[in-house]
Amino acid sequence: MSEIYNQNNKEGLERVAANGLINRRHLLGLGMVGAGSLFANSVLAADNARVEIPTWSKMPGHDPSSYGNPAPYASDFQRLAGAPSTTLPGSGVSRSPLHLLRGNITPNSLHFERHHAGVPAIDPAVHRLVIHGMVRQPLEFSYEDLLAYPMQSRIYFLECSGNSGANTEATAGDSSAAAIHGLLSCAEWTGVSLATLLEETGIADGATWVTSTGADGASMGRSIPLNKALRDVFIALYQNGEPIRPEQGYPMRLFVPGWEGNVSVKWLTQIKLANMPANFRDETSKYTDLLPDGKALQFTFPMGVKSIITSPSGQMSLQRQGLHEVTGLAWSGNGAITRVEVSADGGRSWADAQLDGTGQDLALARFRIPWLWEGGPAVLQSRATDATGQVQPTRASVLANYDSVNRYHFNGIQSWSVSAQGEVKNVYV
Amino acid sequence: MSMSNYTLLVACACCALLSAASVAQQTPQLGKPVSEEQLQGWDLIVSPDGQGLPSGSGKAIEGKVVYEQQCAACHGLEAQGGAGVPSLVGGSPTANPAVLTVGSYWPFSSTLFDYVRRAMPPSAPKSLSDTQVYQVVAYILHLNGLVDEDFDLDSASLPTIEMPNHAGFVDRSQVQ
Repeated sequence: MSEIYNQNNKEGLERVAANGLINRRHLLGLGMVGAGSLFANSVLAADNARVEIPTWSKMPGHDPSSYGNPAPYASDFQRLAGAPSTTLPGSGVSRSPLHLLRGNITPNSLHFERHHAGVPAIDPAVHRLVIHGMVRQPLEFSYEDLLAYPMQSRIYFLECSGNSGANTEATAGDSSAAAIHGLLSCAEWTGVSLATLLEETGIADGATWVTSTGADGASMGRSIPLNKALRDVFIALYQNGEPIRPEQGYPMRLFVPGWEGNVSVKWLTQIKLANMPANFRDETSKYTDLLPDGKALQFTFPMGVKSIITSPSGQMSLQRQGLHEVTGLAWSGNGAITRVEVSADGGRSWADAQLDGTGQDLALARFRIPWLWEGGPAVLQSRATDATGQVQPTRASVLANYDSVNRYHFNGIQSWSVSAQGEVKNVYV
Repeated sequence: MSMSNYTLLVACACCALLSAASVAQQTPQLGKPVSEEQLQGWDLIVSPDGQGLPSGSGKAIEGKVVYEQQCAACHGLEAQGGAGVPSLVGGSPTANPAVLTVGSYWPFSSTLFDYVRRAMPPSAPKSLSDTQVYQVVAYILHLNGLVDEDFDLDSASLPTIEMPNHAGFVDRSQVQ
């Protein structure tokens, strides 16, 4: 106790958990109060060279452009795209570079992708959305039609149910946060409530399910219960303010907030009401969770409460001792994130991180906490809690629930080890 | 309840009614009527009760040719699968490691017809005729020992085929 007190006193930093975690309140004055002494040496070490006016301040820059590009020096902000499939043309994934991004919103060019038969080249003037089956009046809508309907804008995360499946493997791969967890993104989606359109078609007695298919080569289909469809499901037409990208379903996709990404059918062309799920291939053979006894869970819809530290994270290297900001993302398919705790000693002691944003339902929540790294080994973890009281489980406790081949719906705590040399690695603890 | 609270309550209820009515009025009602007949050949959904199955039929003995021409290059001559391509036969969800195939895992035969017709073969989805789909589905079912090679697979017989893992799934759809 007295040792901790003395350290706190010496640095002006309040340690709140073992191995260097600092009270999140210090985020407000980071670099001013306690950190001043840590950076004092670098101030003294500054050379006496004159500060010059740079060349770009002595000439006009380039003209305005019609569609902007990232800074040339930010060219490493790229999705992690897998190699093309030889057997399933167009099928595959690209992952968001979570370790580089620092806000809650994923830029459209960096939103993760998962396709089952590639990105179709759809002419919006020809595309149609048909709503039929157990409705009073089957109707078809053009893209232009839907643009005329009342819309809503909502910020929601989207996560592939196979995200983080790499950490169900028996040995921990030496991978980045993007490679393990990058089938996760968050955007502002704008579109038309499905309930509005179903009000227009009417719903026949006995309808309990909504089946949807896309206009891609695979005509990928999924089924969701009607009660969810009427609650908050919508037809997304805009992504972060611009028409949704082809790889996100242009000209329209179903958006099913909080649920496994695959049910938010892209290139949406068919909505068919029924009294049973269609039991498509992608809700029977795939996206089901095999249990230890050989049975399998079907229709595991809300994504479990989860968080990951995105920096420092796998394959990074800490370049200096001293204060670092540990930051990451938390989300839950059950509702808002209410708490994120961070550990620097592999889960033995925990400290509350600062949550950015307003605790929005079903959106990514950025968390941050200061960490004083003094050159010792550490294991960094984060643990999220959502508004329903669900707490993110450990990796071992998640794995115990499933057969070893299951790769879906993994939300176990991520552990990053930091070596004395500052190398950060994916580990299991 | 005090008078002011009561007044507030009535006022709120009126607001809710008004806003609901105005939302309905704001809907432009642009949907164009379409009939299920118009959607035949476009709506490819086949449900477990057989709804959506087209006319026509096929036998496994006929499907062997379709399989060898359209499927074997990826799935293998014995339907054993290959690198990144699933096996279509045998396996077991309780083996160690579990092997999940059409025969050992898929709960409904309708799914096989639905998926082959909408998505296979990957380089030319929807290129098989309905008859070819019946034939090749019969062949895959036959390879799994579920129908004889001359079993007549059609819209009436397909839903009656009980898949071995039919009871293997726990429905979580209402856990929301």
